[in-house]
Amino acid sequence: MELLKVSNLNVVFDTPDGVVTAVKNLSFSVAAGQTLGIVGESGSGKSQTAFAIMGLLASNGRVSGSVQFAGQELVGMSPQQLNKIRAEQIAMIFQDPMTSLNPYLKVGEQLMEVLTHHKGMDKAAARIHSIRMLEAVKMPEASKRMSMYPHEFSGGMRQRVMIAMALLCDPKLLIADEPTTALDVTVQAQIMTLLDELKSEFDTAIMLITHDLGVVAGVCDAVMVMYAGQTMEYGTTEEIFYQPSHPYTGGLLESVPRLDTQSETLATIAGNPPNLLHLPTGCPFQERCSLTQAVCSKTMPELIQFANSRQRACHAAIEKVGVL
Amino acid sequence: MTNNRIMQVQDLKVHFDIQPENSWPWTKPLSLKAVDGVSLDIFEGETLGIVGESGCGKSTLARALIGMLPAREGKVAWLGQDLTQLDKRSMRAKRQELQMIFQDPLASLNPRMNIGDIIAEPLQTFFPNMPKAERKQKVQDMMAKVGLLPNLINRYPHEFSGGQCQRIGIARALILEPKLVICDEPVSALDVSIQAQVINLLMALQKEMGLSLVFIAHDLSVVRHISDRVMVMYLGNAMEVAEANELYTNPQHPYTKALMSAVPIPDPMIERNKTIELLQGDLPSPINPPSGCVFRTRCPQALAKCADYAPALQTLPDAEHQIACHLIGP
Repeated sequence: MELLKVSNLNVVFDTPDGVVTAVKNLSFSVAAGQTLGIVGESGSGKSQTAFAIMGLLASNGRVSGSVQFAGQELVGMSPQQLNKIRAEQIAMIFQDPMTSLNPYLKVGEQLMEVLTHHKGMDKAAARIHSIRMLEAVKMPEASKRMSMYPHEFSGGMRQRVMIAMALLCDPKLLIADEPTTALDVTVQAQIMTLLDELKSEFDTAIMLITHDLGVVAGVCDAVMVMYAGQTMEYGTTEEIFYQPSHPYTGGLLESVPRLDTQSETLATIAGNPPNLLHLPTGCPFQERCSLTQAVCSKTMPELIQFANSRQRACHAAIEKVGVL
Repeated sequence: MTNNRIMQVQDLKVHFDIQPENSWPWTKPLSLKAVDGVSLDIFEGETLGIVGESGCGKSTLARALIGMLPAREGKVAWLGQDLTQLDKRSMRAKRQELQMIFQDPLASLNPRMNIGDIIAEPLQTFFPNMPKAERKQKVQDMMAKVGLLPNLINRYPHEFSGGQCQRIGIARALILEPKLVICDEPVSALDVSIQAQVINLLMALQKEMGLSLVFIAHDLSVVRHISDRVMVMYLGNAMEVAEANELYTNPQHPYTKALMSAVPIPDPMIERNKTIELLQGDLPSPINPPSGCVFRTRCPQALAKCADYAPALQTLPDAEHQIACHLIGP
């Protein structure tokens, strides 16, 4: 069953320099218990997609399209109604755990607040539940940590607090926006292992936004590759990693140096990331693409569904990409 | 890479004095041991990679190598001359041979200078009498070398993307034709597709100009790709030093092993079937490091003697492979 269904989502920002389209015609869905990875470079619109779903866009942002969560339409919903769904059914973890925790409040108070506000628990019950959740994210000496302030925690421990907070109300969907980007690899491994365990324990669907293809390979069931606010390719993790069919996906995979191989030179994607204010007509990737044809500068290729779960937006014939 | 040793570092220590909170001004300050006794050699034309997690002292070490931070103890011999003993003026003269590339490409460029002036500034400092036309010609040649169009010479840093800004930083570092360039996380702020471009550029320029590079990064895959030799640091100490291929295919130190197993590999089958050696706990404080081996508090195989005294960095008999661990060797 589809838990989250996004169709034709558009996010635009009014800026002094003009209108910036951060997300364009985006459609995807997340099933219950599924982990979807959204990858792309900075400015590809992956975080703005998450903010649009959660109703957290900056004040100059406008959303159109549809976001259906468990049958309810989230776009245009009143903040009061959204507040019931946020935290209780959809929770979010942000990239920087220090700036998303309140530095003036003890960690315990921040955790208990969620429960007293959303679940109507009294303080004693909320405290017990919060400690239990901190233990679930493997926080040592959980009850002692309740009375500590965020600055007394290390980066990895803070991210554990964020995960515990997100899971307090037992959400059906967890949106993780670059949850390990600010962390060291050994800590990243701890957090990703933890997320994977919690996912099977609580049966939560996860939308994992990241630029790290290695992290995606480890935990995701399906992957969506974004560029300039649009889907370039979608498929199962195996399809995307072993048979990428879009030149951008292929280029992205090849330009990542790998720990387990030694190569002479790295393949690169020529050129620079696109300026969202001045996107070319047609495919946004045309200037950097190795398979550009005349048609690419005229029309944006449609996202075509293939026989398997793969979807792809490219004018080049699928055989031409060379990896199939 | 030749066997010509250009820099020889012996037992380098960089400590910072920290005044304890709520203490009297005359209280003796605590000492934060950012780099605590590191020895290394840098050979002509090679790339030495330095990896480790945040707080392990890799950036401090790099800055101390070129005299940007004072060394508490130890020697940094550059072509036979000890840099730690030089006064400011003679150290400044040495900077012509020792240059640095920084992590944040935009923050390391002066926003009020156009890029022609930014790249020319080192020439102005060291060759104030160089004719203007010659200077401009050199700047344009260097811009072409790093892949910037020479007609962009009058633009300002904010008009460039992150990858281009890093190219400007590289041009500024290389215009004096230095012998050693310290690269402190030069690609970690860049997107993967741009990161690959900058790495390839650095490798090509190194070959062309015969540079020695010290390449600091927390990304182990990038370091493997670019380095000839790699040093793994933990809490201000060198844990393992080896030729890159040797280190990555045959890691010996428990910390190196744990670090490597934690790096995600972009291949679903390999990534899901590998075993990760999870390290427990957090990095200890460098103000009060553990006794003996600094890694022992998180080491899965720590012995009783690990708490008593620190293992020395010793060379394995069969390879160019140095390791500081009681589990290996005598």
